[in-house]
Amino acid sequence: MNGIRLAIMHWKVGAMHEVQYRVNFFLQLIDSVIRLATGLIAIWLVFSHTDDLAGWSRHELLVVMGIHILLSGINRTFVEPNVFQFIYTIGEGEFDYVLARPVDSQLLVSVRNLRFWQLVDVVVGVVVIGWAVSGIVETTSLPEVLAFLVAVSCGAVILYCMWMVVAAAAFKWIRVDDTVQLLNGLFQAGRWPVTIYPGWLRLTLTFVVPLAFAITVPAESLASKLSGGMLVLTVIVTGVMLLITRVAWQRGVRNYSGASA
Amino acid sequence: MRKLIAVYAAEMKFAVSNQMQYRWAAFFQLTGFLIEPVVYLVVWRTVAESGGPIGGYGVAEFTSYYIVWTLVRNMNLALAPGSWDYWIQSGRISNDLMHPVPIFHRQLAAFAGFKFVWILLWFPVAAGLSLIFKPDLSPTLLQGLVFFVAIWLGYVIRFSILFLMGLVSFWTTRAQALIEIVIGAELLLSGRLVPLAVMPDWVERLAGWLPFQWTFQYPIEVLIGRLSDRDVFVGFGLQFLWIGLLTGSVVLVWRRAIKRYTAVGS
Repeated sequence: MNGIRLAIMHWKVGAMHEVQYRVNFFLQLIDSVIRLATGLIAIWLVFSHTDDLAGWSRHELLVVMGIHILLSGINRTFVEPNVFQFIYTIGEGEFDYVLARPVDSQLLVSVRNLRFWQLVDVVVGVVVIGWAVSGIVETTSLPEVLAFLVAVSCGAVILYCMWMVVAAAAFKWIRVDDTVQLLNGLFQAGRWPVTIYPGWLRLTLTFVVPLAFAITVPAESLASKLSGGMLVLTVIVTGVMLLITRVAWQRGVRNYSGASA
Repeated sequence: MRKLIAVYAAEMKFAVSNQMQYRWAAFFQLTGFLIEPVVYLVVWRTVAESGGPIGGYGVAEFTSYYIVWTLVRNMNLALAPGSWDYWIQSGRISNDLMHPVPIFHRQLAAFAGFKFVWILLWFPVAAGLSLIFKPDLSPTLLQGLVFFVAIWLGYVIRFSILFLMGLVSFWTTRAQALIEIVIGAELLLSGRLVPLAVMPDWVERLAGWLPFQWTFQYPIEVLIGRLSDRDVFVGFGLQFLWIGLLTGSVVLVWRRAIKRYTAVGS
């Protein structure tokens, strides 16, 4: 409970800091609109030459794109700024100050930063999902929507875990910001359903970098393509990812020798 | 001129040793960049498999296009315009202005040097992609030579465009929105997202008036053999024309931009 209060307090301070710079809202809006426009143009181009892409219709692909934008917004608001600050902290030898605080270090590192205006992407993502679902509404039932909410929450947690596991590598290798860029590159592959990729890439995006569970599964729930078993597997994978992240973090902290005298 | 060549050689040598120090970081960054064409390749192969060739591009052509794309992307990576914001806000640019060689030349040379290492790192990735997707590439010696020159000219064009974008930071520290618009336009009008032949006719015509396609599509199409001899030479001419226009603009804008810069401190 204390952890939740701590997180809310940090986010409040972060939001208060960010809303001072109101022009950033418009800059973020322009950025989001451009990325949305290029995404829509790509889908429009594809469907001007075909009626379905490996079994996915235009509206179903829009759902995938909406979820990608939504999760990207959540990631860039809550996760990425903290990951980059943590990597910087390790490099500059300031992590000692985190360990000196009387709270769990992983929790503190995960919540102390927030990029408020990136929430624009969350709103854009929700709008795109709503728009896309309106095109397949006859086939989307209430249980499917509930399954979607569970799956998309799992997706956000999976992304947090992926970024934190890479960040924890900074305990050993320090300069891992380029690896985070690699993760960002891989995340772009989630803009399309993983089922369209060849086997080797599909397996990579399912078991090595589990974007299949983070993005494609929530989209499948709204497109009536998801089985109950897959949803359960997604929840299990999320639990496993949380466990791996915790173990990686604790091992990192244990091996951390400190920067001060 | 001889002095400038020596500066370029020194900057490139330094850039190579710098990148070799951080080769794993460079490899991860490069791999991250190369996810983009793999995604486009898979999507358009799937479309071509189900609906047949589009604008003369079938499965084989799309495959060759995007495999060559990976090398061209490597070659036209240039100084990110966002760097200027940081340099100006932090005052770091004051140090660079003290240097006797202009920033344009030093950065152009440095990024040219980086490419030697990036290409070394690109080989295993390209070999892997070629094994998986099996592109149908059989360029002639002449096409190979023209491609070699065209990717360097494309690099100078893209470097100049991004440099000009960066200079906007001398007028406003909120240049990011403008940069995003230009990068968005480049994505659609350069052949980066998809060959222009796949786009509607009016997009292809619009792209003809802009410099972007000479940094992406033109070198790719030279190597995959989609251009006639006449198109190749016209393309060369237009690359030189854009280099003249853009570097001329850089000189003019730089002179005005630098007058706006003031620094305080010891």
